Amino acid sequence: MFLINCPFCGEREQSEFKAGGEAHIVRPKQPTELSDDEWAEYLFMRKNIKGVQFERWNHVHGCRKWFNVVRDTSNDQIKAVYKMGEKPPN
Amino acid sequence: MKKNLRVKRSKHIDETYKISFKFNGKLYYGFKGDTLASALLANDIHLVGRSFKYHRPRGIMTAGSEEPNAIVQLHNNSPWTEPNVRATEVEIYEGLEASSQNCWPSVNFDIGGINNFLSPLLPAGFYYKTFMWPASFWEKYEYFIRKSAGLGKSPTKPDPDIYEHRYIHCDVLVIGAGISGIISAKIAAKNGFKTLLIDEKPYLGGSTIYQNSEYFKINNQNSGSWLEKEINEIKKIENLEIKTRTSVAAYHGYNYLLAKENLTDHLPIERRKNKTRHKLLKIRAKKVVTATGSIERPLIFDNNDRPGILLSSAIKKYADLFGVACGEKNILFTNNDSAYETAISLIQKGINVEAIVDNREKVDSKLIYEVEKNNIKIFKGHTIVNTYGYKRINKISIMQLSKDGQNVIGSKIDLSCDCLGISGGWTPAVHLFTQSGGKLKFRDEDQVFIPNAYPSDQISVGACNGDLTLDSILVNVPKSLKDFLNIKNNVYESFEVLSSYNNSKRNIWLLPSDKILGKTKSFVDYQNDATAKDIKLALREGFKSIEHVKRYTTTGMGTDQGKLGNMHALGIISETSEAKMGELGTTTFRPPYTPLTFGTIVGRNVGEYFDVYRKTPIHEWHVKNNAKFENVGQWKRAWYYPRDNEDMFQAVQRESKAARESAGILDASTLGKIDIQGTDASEFLNRVYTNAWSKLQIGKCRYGLMLNEDGMVYDDGVTTRLSENHYLMTTTTGGAANVLGKLEDYLQTEWPELDVYLSSVTDHFATISVCGPNSKKIISEIFPNLDLSDKNFPHMSFKKTKIGKIHCRIMRISFTGEQSYEINVQANFGKSVWEKCMEVGKNCNITPYGTETMHLLRAEKGFIIVGQDTDATMTPIDLQMDWIVSKKKYDFIGKRSLYRSDTIREDRKQLVGLLTDNPNEILEEGSQIVSDINKSPIEMLGHVTSSYFSPNLKKSIALGVVRGGKNMLGQKLIIPMENKKINVTVTDPVFLDKENKKLNA
Ligand SMILES: [Zn+2]
Repeated sequence: MFLINCPFCGEREQSEFKAGGEAHIVRPKQPTELSDDEWAEYLFMRKNIKGVQFERWNHVHGCRKWFNVVRDTSNDQIKAVYKMGEKPPN
Repeated sequence: MKKNLRVKRSKHIDETYKISFKFNGKLYYGFKGDTLASALLANDIHLVGRSFKYHRPRGIMTAGSEEPNAIVQLHNNSPWTEPNVRATEVEIYEGLEASSQNCWPSVNFDIGGINNFLSPLLPAGFYYKTFMWPASFWEKYEYFIRKSAGLGKSPTKPDPDIYEHRYIHCDVLVIGAGISGIISAKIAAKNGFKTLLIDEKPYLGGSTIYQNSEYFKINNQNSGSWLEKEINEIKKIENLEIKTRTSVAAYHGYNYLLAKENLTDHLPIERRKNKTRHKLLKIRAKKVVTATGSIERPLIFDNNDRPGILLSSAIKKYADLFGVACGEKNILFTNNDSAYETAISLIQKGINVEAIVDNREKVDSKLIYEVEKNNIKIFKGHTIVNTYGYKRINKISIMQLSKDGQNVIGSKIDLSCDCLGISGGWTPAVHLFTQSGGKLKFRDEDQVFIPNAYPSDQISVGACNGDLTLDSILVNVPKSLKDFLNIKNNVYESFEVLSSYNNSKRNIWLLPSDKILGKTKSFVDYQNDATAKDIKLALREGFKSIEHVKRYTTTGMGTDQGKLGNMHALGIISETSEAKMGELGTTTFRPPYTPLTFGTIVGRNVGEYFDVYRKTPIHEWHVKNNAKFENVGQWKRAWYYPRDNEDMFQAVQRESKAARESAGILDASTLGKIDIQGTDASEFLNRVYTNAWSKLQIGKCRYGLMLNEDGMVYDDGVTTRLSENHYLMTTTTGGAANVLGKLEDYLQTEWPELDVYLSSVTDHFATISVCGPNSKKIISEIFPNLDLSDKNFPHMSFKKTKIGKIHCRIMRISFTGEQSYEINVQANFGKSVWEKCMEVGKNCNITPYGTETMHLLRAEKGFIIVGQDTDATMTPIDLQMDWIVSKKKYDFIGKRSLYRSDTIREDRKQLVGLLTDNPNEILEEGSQIVSDINKSPIEMLGHVTSSYFSPNLKKSIALGVVRGGKNMLGQKLIIPMENKKINVTVTDPVFLDKENKKLNA
């Protein structure tokens, strides 16, 4: 069980959080103008990286805020956390 | 006559404190301080069980948690029974009862032993290959296999013990209190770190504490005496907590560890009462020092598994710590210096050593000279080629090794013995380190895996880090700690160390024999009966990966996870396949390091504390009025209220009739309630529901359907506009938390520009629903000043009012199809308002009904229940609810998915009504629906989702999903059951009051 440094609350146990999948997938502004394939790309296609991954987490048993985490999925090391809307680190 | 193998007094054993215990029904004696294993050995008992596959007699092999053979059941047939306990770890107490496992009908006569004679038929993969075919034979095999190869019996009575969980946070956790752990703990604690030192054994000091030899000295004292003083000193350090009988089960990422603290297992049963038995420690440590030591390796040769064959270090421990001789004619077999340490200990205690067989040709070692001085015959450059004796070893045959160690030469020499100690060198105990995610490297010179890269703030020290000798430990441990803790105070000045151990080792993974391999039984994994031959067979059959070989041969898959033999398995694979050890990788060690009891894992979460549950403010009334409850999510919901001797069916029929004929009352407090406020609240609802919300007037209610982005129905409920920018949304009982989470997600991440705030208010309000033709009358008596006329307070609208000083929100909404009013009041007034309704409604036979009746009533009306009539594959179109999907709105969650090529298919499963030809026949929910029973294979069209007997329609009704069902109205279908088939007709899902006359009656 790893520790996550919530940008609003500080370091807490993983069990307080809920994972929300890959980050930076923006919901299309005009879904009705997309083809089936384009919509499917947004809806279904997610990366499954072994290594550094950008993902969304929710402090569901805390401040309830969503934020982004940069995590190495091979060893759970967290490289960075940042708020929604902020630029991802390089 | 029974032998007494207790030798010279050991200070760790209290010979004035005699303890009686039973093993396999017979009474024996031991002393305080004994383990079950040491006490049995003192009584000359080696044979304790049978092996898993061949049912070969097996004896005590080790003196620690790595024990593969001496696995026993404690207190069989009592509530305290526990299977798969290692006799080497059980501390004896008055009244202990232990019995062998895996040896039906008895340890001495064993029907399964026949497998041993049939063993040419039982090679690796035998179970996979043979018992799988023909499939019908499995039933016959199974009985025999299960009965004869059981690994202990699980308890059948409730566990009488108490278990607890405890969280511990510390600066430094030191795992293992051998010499390395003691030194580490002292350095950490003396430097001000809050330190926790734990060890699985009941005493501190590891194997050094009983080391009493002139050949191993620290600062001119015997190493054991030196360590004893250190232990006495650290016990006084305030910021150092010490826990014995505590074993780390799991080492997870970020230095999160689980350990089991054993508090009462060493006490007589009558003294355990009201005490916590095990504590599961959940430890989060800033820094971890792993000092788990090493495990001696066996040697792999023909028939290396007979009772009386032990690890050489175990024989030493039994002699030094427990004062027990494992045999009277001991032979040691080794490839390194360790066996000579054992020999010296035995000589010291006056225990006879017959001979030592050493793989090595020529070694210059002080220990060997000492042994030679005592006129003990040493066979250098020799190996054992066979052993004899069925229930106890009585003889070995040895031969000379060829120069390359691959063959034996010369003639056979037979040596008689009653105990054989084997030593194949040492394997650092890296299990916990690898569990934590650490990667190993292979050290070629002595063929061991040692830690390479640490995944968290941790360090391995001492033998588990590859420092296998006293001098290297004393040099390296303080140095490593200094860097690891970044400290100035070294605590220890330099040591003066005498360590007479010569590091030389002749490593031969599989020792040669004069027989061909196929004729030998050289066990690599004792517990699972995997031999060297099996491993070679697996390689011949094409298995290459170590993980595959492991599974095919079952090597390392026992409860001991192959602590003894895994390295040899790797070695044999490496030699056979000519792959380098370091490149082969190792199998994964998984938690727990040693098995945990279920009680430890569960802790206090048993019985009513198994899971948290939620009660409505009216719960106590339901209990008092004989309600039966059902679990809905975490809620306890009133299910039905049986009267007199009613069964569920009768109660539900009565409740359903009453609700339609006069008045029913339901506790709806569990429905999720989300308070929505903000200037963009209407726009927000527009985006999350399928229908339009901008035009909903203040004081009006509307039903909404919420989809996932994939177009599938997610939740539903009624939302009320309380004021311009204020809504109250209701959700399903089970969906409340997820809906709130989903809405928050969209607000925070997709639409941060919206001015909307959400709060869960589910627990803040009690909700009482009064329905039926007399509901208006009852409500008007409770709220005499409220104008309940259809004009002023029509269906789907809301009023704010009061009972006395209590504020009420009343919604006229209906889930039953009857005229209904939902009264929402502050939760703590819920019960009194409910009671008021009951009192006022008495004249109208107001009838409390539970969830079952609610489900029946809504099914009569064809209202869906999300999660019962839907799963994650139903769109609103599939549900025939096209009317609720706005065509005008530009966008809402899931809209685009409603016209993907897949969601517009005509032959999707669609919701329909089903009527049985026989109106008294009630379908089973979940039954399959087919049209052609003669087709092969039968094509499944769908399944029944809801089914009831409707007392109001006096017939059975059902809802179901059927492929292309929308266009099948009137068509006959079949529900095939085990002994019959039921004919049904597809209908509209609304069975009662299609015109909604009752809502406004
Ligand atoms: Zn937070």
